[in-house]
Amino acid sequence: MTATVFGLVGALLTGIGLFGLLARPEPLLRILAFNVLGGGIFLVFGAVARRGAGAGFAGDPVPQAIILTGIVVAFAATTLAVALLLRIASDDESDPS
Amino acid sequence: MSLLVDAFSLLAILAGLVFFAAGTAGLLRFPDASSRLHALTKADHLGLGLIVLGLLPRAEAVGGAPRLIAVWLLVLVSSAAAGPLLARLARRR
Amino acid sequence: MMADGLIAAAILGVALATIASRGTFTAVALFIAYGLLLSFAWVRLGAIDIALTEAAIGAGLSGALLLGAASRVAGRGAAMDRRPGRAMTVAIALGCAGVTAALAAAILLLPDPAPSLAPQVAANIGATGLGNPVAAVLMSFRGLDTLLESAVLVLAVIAAWSLAPDDAWGGKPGPMQPVLADGPLALLARLLPPLGILVAVHVLWIGKDAPGGKFQAAAILAAMWMLPWMAGRVVPPPISARWLRVAVAAGPALFIAIGLAGWMTQGAFLAYPPGLALPLIMVVEIALTASIAIALALLVIGPPGRRA
Repeated sequence: MTATVFGLVGALLTGIGLFGLLARPEPLLRILAFNVLGGGIFLVFGAVARRGAGAGFAGDPVPQAIILTGIVVAFAATTLAVALLLRIASDDESDPS
Repeated sequence: MSLLVDAFSLLAILAGLVFFAAGTAGLLRFPDASSRLHALTKADHLGLGLIVLGLLPRAEAVGGAPRLIAVWLLVLVSSAAAGPLLARLARRR
Repeated sequence: MMADGLIAAAILGVALATIASRGTFTAVALFIAYGLLLSFAWVRLGAIDIALTEAAIGAGLSGALLLGAASRVAGRGAAMDRRPGRAMTVAIALGCAGVTAALAAAILLLPDPAPSLAPQVAANIGATGLGNPVAAVLMSFRGLDTLLESAVLVLAVIAAWSLAPDDAWGGKPGPMQPVLADGPLALLARLLPPLGILVAVHVLWIGKDAPGGKFQAAAILAAMWMLPWMAGRVVPPPISARWLRVAVAAGPALFIAIGLAGWMTQGAFLAYPPGLALPLIMVVEIALTASIAIALALLVIGPPGRRA
């Protein structure tokens, strides 16, 4: 039951994040929306992991480990996006043409 | 004996929740940033302290109780630092 | 059940508020709350390892990074696309609703019993000597994923640094921080690191048998470096420093070396010799923790910028 609830939350978050990513024009908000979207995808995956509980584990450890990896990779992508954004902002400032 | 311990845990955690609710009410109802922060930090510290107190007799391993207390102390220290920072930021705006 | 409903409603509310918020600063604050609420969901889903990672990296480090970015782009007209028109917005909303519906259908139509690799993990975990199944997957069964992920962090550092302006190349990373002699942040920067480092070592070490491990420990270590940096008490080394570059790459390099050694002796890349699996895994874990911690901190601090 818990797995289904949070799986559906993950599906909704994916839609919310995707909408923000496409419909909001502010670059920083797009980065945030991308992370909301990522959280939703991870939650869908986590719900599947929870359904695969067995052999004495609270969830299937393989998708759980992959989600962990995914969170770190999403963070790396976010830092790169922020660095790009700040560089563009500083170039706009020094060259306002 | 265990009934007494359970009653103690229940009472302490419920009291903690009351303080959390009060702090949240303060956050939502108070007029300016400083009094909101005041309500939030004061009430939440006491609330968290009471919840930790209620959970102490239920700590499983030997290291459980010190870890619970460490969590409370770390929250105290971090919000003691975050509160003034937020207040300073709010005053500057 | 009620707890699930409350957490689910809170997550959805905060996510909607993030996407709909007017100011970037508010959006970031809501996003941090989103990360913390997500870690509640992970606890409810029985994934404590992920809950720790989400709180430390998804809410903590991302929060610090994005708050810094929000304050630095505030008031500047950063390049912005045009807002989509009404018809376009409706089309986007319909498309997103379709994606949500497809994912929801996938969740609701999951076969029963759901596919699971848990029995295979349980059958083979003994060979690794680890007690934490997630750590066993990360370091042994899917070791290649973890290796590639640590390589991604090294690449991300290189990519972020390459965004430095030409005249700042090789300089000190990140914006200049004012030196705080006293005040709450300076106090925290002095008080917390010894405790934080202790907690990080603890989280790393118990990670072999209980939830925890290198990513969570590395995130805590990175925070313990960034705290004195924010208070102006520690200046990060210039990115041309050789030891810094070696330190970022050392963990993945050691992982590759041990993987190649497994290829020579056991006939498969990243295979551990029987009996030596646990010591080798712990050596790699410790080396990766150090490299990942430095990489995470450097990613949050950012590339060198122009000095005013």
